[in-house]
Amino acid sequence: MRLTCPICGARDRREFYYQGEALARPAPGAGAEAWDEYLHLRDNPAGVRRELWQHEAGCGAWLVVERNTSTHEVLGVSLVLDEAQA
Amino acid sequence: MVELIAKSPCAGLLPLAIGDVQVVEVDLGVLTSIAPYAGQGGATSDALRAAHGMRFPKLNRATGKDGARAIWFGRDMALLAGPPCDASMAEHAALTDQSDAWASVVVSGAAAEDVLARLVPIDLRQAHFATGHAARTLVKHMAASITRTGPESFLILVFRSMARTLAHDLKEAMEAVAARG
Repeated sequence: MRLTCPICGARDRREFYYQGEALARPAPGAGAEAWDEYLHLRDNPAGVRRELWQHEAGCGAWLVVERNTSTHEVLGVSLVLDEAQA
Repeated sequence: MVELIAKSPCAGLLPLAIGDVQVVEVDLGVLTSIAPYAGQGGATSDALRAAHGMRFPKLNRATGKDGARAIWFGRDMALLAGPPCDASMAEHAALTDQSDAWASVVVSGAAAEDVLARLVPIDLRQAHFATGHAARTLVKHMAASITRTGPESFLILVFRSMARTLAHDLKEAMEAVAARG
């Protein structure tokens, strides 16, 4: 598996650290139910999902990787920074 | 007054010469990471040029030459190797002295590419990684910075605590390449 880091280019999977699903963080006062879901409840879809990866052994950037868990196809990689500013 | 003598990271481990490849430890001088503040990339580059005569390196590149080099070192970061970083840079970027944190070696020789191909997961051949190219990647399991400094020479930096592992992994790869004749 290779991921194309927007900064470094196509790199081997072993350079990356996997964090988990890319979730929207609830507002501080969103209530116990929203925070419980954010912390503990996960979907496990067969198909496209958005995940957080870090280019740990490369530039160090955090990435949003869109990936299909059924076909192992990597659909897109972008910087968390760019998404945050968009 | 007792004179303390600094021990280099690879003391007692290098140099090595096996087959067509040599590994030597190099003293790069002062190492300073330069991380431009948000929106200060251009100003940092101008200040670096004014103070040290080289541009802030583009992604995956190094600028300068032996003795004073700026190596791309990650997202929004470069490493100035050689002279102490001029204080005027502090206005535009976060400066951190990292001189004692890194082990620096030069791998050179006709088969240097073949040796590194056994350790590094990126293509370091001349066509893809020319002189002046730099990368943050792995050497076996170690996070490293690799810069091509010439047609047959690479500068490799790893964390100082990894010096012995680096020397060992390079030695094994050099022996394996040499054994193929």
